[in-house]
Amino acid sequence: MSYNKISTETIILIEGVSKWFGDFQVLCNIDLTVKQGERVVVCGPSGSGKSTLIRCLNRLEEHQAGRIVVDGIELDHDTKRIHNVRCEVGMVFQQFNLFPHLTVLENCTLGPMRARRITKADAEQRAMEYLERVRIPEQAKKYPSALSGGQQQRVAIARSLCMEPRIMLFDEPTSALDPEMIKEVLDVMIDLAESGMTMICVTHEMGFARTVAHQMVFMDEGRIVESAPPEKFFSNPESERTKMFLSQILSH
Amino acid sequence: MNLTKTPYKSYWIDVLVLVAVASLVAYVAYRVNTVLVYKWDWSFIPGYLFRWDEETQWYAPNLLMKGLFTTIRLAIWSIVLAAIIGFVMGVMRTSQRLFPRLLSLMYVELIRNIPPVVFIFVFYFFISSQITPILGLDDLTRDSSPVLLTVLDYLFGPPELLSNLVAGIICLALFEGAYVTEIVRAGIQAIPKGQVEAGMSVGLSRMQLMRYVILPQAIQRVLPPLASQFIILIKDSSIVSLISIQELTFLAMELATSTQRVFEVWVFVAGMYFVISYACAFWFSRLEKRMALHQS
Repeated sequence: MSYNKISTETIILIEGVSKWFGDFQVLCNIDLTVKQGERVVVCGPSGSGKSTLIRCLNRLEEHQAGRIVVDGIELDHDTKRIHNVRCEVGMVFQQFNLFPHLTVLENCTLGPMRARRITKADAEQRAMEYLERVRIPEQAKKYPSALSGGQQQRVAIARSLCMEPRIMLFDEPTSALDPEMIKEVLDVMIDLAESGMTMICVTHEMGFARTVAHQMVFMDEGRIVESAPPEKFFSNPESERTKMFLSQILSH
Repeated sequence: MNLTKTPYKSYWIDVLVLVAVASLVAYVAYRVNTVLVYKWDWSFIPGYLFRWDEETQWYAPNLLMKGLFTTIRLAIWSIVLAAIIGFVMGVMRTSQRLFPRLLSLMYVELIRNIPPVVFIFVFYFFISSQITPILGLDDLTRDSSPVLLTVLDYLFGPPELLSNLVAGIICLALFEGAYVTEIVRAGIQAIPKGQVEAGMSVGLSRMQLMRYVILPQAIQRVLPPLASQFIILIKDSSIVSLISIQELTFLAMELATSTQRVFEVWVFVAGMYFVISYACAFWFSRLEKRMALHQS
């Protein structure tokens, strides 16, 4: 599947991006381009800045140097542009972050109704379509607390998809899940990949990465250490640091 | 986890407590009987609850009931106004902008560091004489139709005391609003950051985030402290008797003086306050349970 067609159109451009938390530099001069339909998996040890990097792409974090252009929109302090980018970029969080006071269906319709301003009927119809796609339409009337972790994460994916974004970001989507629930979430993500969605995933699921990724990115200490197609990345990495990381997470 | 009940052991403590309480009650009763030599007489109370109205040939509320109604009106409107002030100020307190945050902070600190009685005197004598004329309440009661007057009478009591009551409502609401502000602020700040991020990632604006994601969850969290603040408000409403608002405490004071039955009047009035405060607490605990039904 790694040989799916990728368009030549650049959808995300990251150029010389740096970011500091106080004195600590989390991102050092990052360059990365993502083409439309491309699937990028970002991995690296904790604290390497991989989450921060993808959180910069929908401005949950602000970058302090360099430029980020998403879907032709330059990210800066302009709130209108930030809003437009957030409508085009869906995000799935490690801790799901579903709205606990709303039903599954309401979780899915809130964004489209308020940010996209579509009618309630349309939003609900769209929500049911995506809930079916993540295979939990029967849970629509329940509250998130009644669902298992895996189900909650699938609702979170459906909630993002309801905005009909052009890009999906995944921030360690399976890290907070029990082992038996990881597969149901990964299956949904693989389906999504097959539909041609542009995806950037921060994950340590190397099996998933091997199946789905066009490009593997390895980060350490705020830098991109290595970036390669998965077949080269896993069999013949260039950097010693990458080799060590891979041997640690693939050894068991 | 051990699901069987742990055997109840330290029963001698209960016996001790029971004995202590019983002997205290017995002692007080003994003192009242022997030392005070007070002849209790409750017979006049019903007459001051209701009086027979010759005109309508029916019972009409007398001093105590009138006072109770005024206290209830005072409490309800102050609670509504204090809640509005508290929510607006509480949201401002968590604003990203400095000015609203400072304004709200100043309001809270100013009120919290002045005793209620002092605040009410200052407010009443220096401010309310300016504010109530601006609201045009006297004109309103003079010029309005009989229907409107009846409605006003139900909502705010006798028209001739309207501007007085409004001053009391504003005093109480401003005073309690500061505490509601702090409760709301704590509630908003207790919402996990992930909720805000999730809301932003589906394109909600700051206002929409507040309205659809943060406030609904915050309100649920602050319901218990809010309930106890509102009960405090009901009891604090007795303070406005100092500025001659004819609520329960004010009229009870008059009654105690005119009948010379000080103990009976105050004990009975204490009971009346207990009933409305407890009713409020009861209603809030039901609301809390209903809102908690579908939550984890």
